[in-house]
Amino acid sequence: MDILHPFSSYANLSAQMAESACIANLAVRTSVVLDSPRHSALVRITHWIFTLSFFGLVVSGFAIILAHPHFYWGETGSIGTPSLFDLPLPTMLNGPSGWGRSLHFQSAWFAVVTGLLYAISGILTQHFRNQLLPARADLSWRSMRTSILEHLRFRRPVEEDSYDVLQRLSYLAVISLFFPLIIITGLAMSPAITSVVPQLVTVFGGQQTARTLHFFLANFLVLFLLVHVAMVTLAGFKDRMRAMVTGRTAVRRKEQS
Amino acid sequence: MSVSRRTLITRGLAAAAGVSGLAVASRLASRYGLIPPDSGGIWGIGETLTYATQRLLMSHHSLAREFSRSEISKVVPVSGEPPKTEPFERLLAGSFADWRLTVDGMVAHPSSFSLEEIKRFPSRSQITHQACEEGWSFIAEWTGVPLSYVLNLVGISPQAKFVVFFPFDESWDSLDLPDAFHPQTFLTYGLNGKDLPTRHGAPIRLRVARQLGYKSVKYLSRITVTDTLKNIGKGLGSASPEGGYSWFAGI
Repeated sequence: MDILHPFSSYANLSAQMAESACIANLAVRTSVVLDSPRHSALVRITHWIFTLSFFGLVVSGFAIILAHPHFYWGETGSIGTPSLFDLPLPTMLNGPSGWGRSLHFQSAWFAVVTGLLYAISGILTQHFRNQLLPARADLSWRSMRTSILEHLRFRRPVEEDSYDVLQRLSYLAVISLFFPLIIITGLAMSPAITSVVPQLVTVFGGQQTARTLHFFLANFLVLFLLVHVAMVTLAGFKDRMRAMVTGRTAVRRKEQS
Repeated sequence: MSVSRRTLITRGLAAAAGVSGLAVASRLASRYGLIPPDSGGIWGIGETLTYATQRLLMSHHSLAREFSRSEISKVVPVSGEPPKTEPFERLLAGSFADWRLTVDGMVAHPSSFSLEEIKRFPSRSQITHQACEEGWSFIAEWTGVPLSYVLNLVGISPQAKFVVFFPFDESWDSLDLPDAFHPQTFLTYGLNGKDLPTRHGAPIRLRVARQLGYKSVKYLSRITVTDTLKNIGKGLGSASPEGGYSWFAGI
């Protein structure tokens, strides 16, 4: 789940080095350090198991929706009661919801266990604190605006081997807010689990509300995945994949000459 | 690549320890009723993890939420058609006067009860939420007799592990003892203050409040108490896994 800043890549290296060569009077030049360690084995293993589980969850979630593509608000909802919205999908009774449910819960187990491993190691190694928690200075409006503008212009940031404030905030939100919420709204649909912890469902105001929120959260996470993959592609797909598979990457550093 | 003898021995021992650890864990899990009958196949890992975790961590007596009369759904949705078999249609035509519920298997007193007899047992009501695996749900008031009352009446054997439910159609199912003896598990004959409508499972429908709707078997005909599900159907504990659905639907 970790990527470094997306706008660094092999493809851009020569251009940037040429640039720095033209302004050779500046006492800073760019050097390339190949094979710099990037992702720990734990991060890489959990990343790929999580990737598979996430695909399992999305595919099976869609299969489950096909049995009843209608969404409600509150405790109950069915054909014959007003829905919040309907998806333009065919209703497939006795269709894919059987294997859909099995795949959904099996994937959820893998996703939750690997996610927990990742989160515990992120806290213990201080990875979250050092790489994801934004510095207080970066939370200023000015710094945020700079980062937003940089992203809009697809510009590379000054610091290459660290996340900028927008990335830190979005990763933090996904890890500490959206994943826990999608797990809780999922558990809120379980009649067995809510018999032990009814607050899981009452806090949302009903089982159907939890189902609808679960669907919205899933859409948001799929959107996050699309942006994540787009950024990885922009940053240099091969280099980023190499980093997440072998754990090593090429890094550019500004050095005093 | 050379591997030293020490590494080889360490790895061998670790692997052996891992395998025997797993074997011991699975023996223990099986002994304490943590392995669901549909634990084989590709979805077995997920089924077993879900069932074992819930049975280990959660109270066997936790009650599903109950609601007030004002929260009862105005629309009571229903799916599926009544059995088209000759015995069921004959009993339905006679308002179930000749219907009997057989209770047999590992019990001290195998019995058969008429609808009138069941209605004379201590009656209880619950207003609970029922969700279909498809996604829709409703709140309704169910009236009937707790299954535990009937099981205590016939006296189940100490070796018994499951209670199996056979309806007039093919959708047989089973419960483990924690759910069979759960205070909200009823044999219901009333829905929202009226006799149970035919499509809702007349004359008697099982109601399992802590599981999805499909575990609440309709059109009951026979209940069997057993210590193994291996010799019933395909041995998966219910007709549901044969159609791709979990045996344990507490989710």
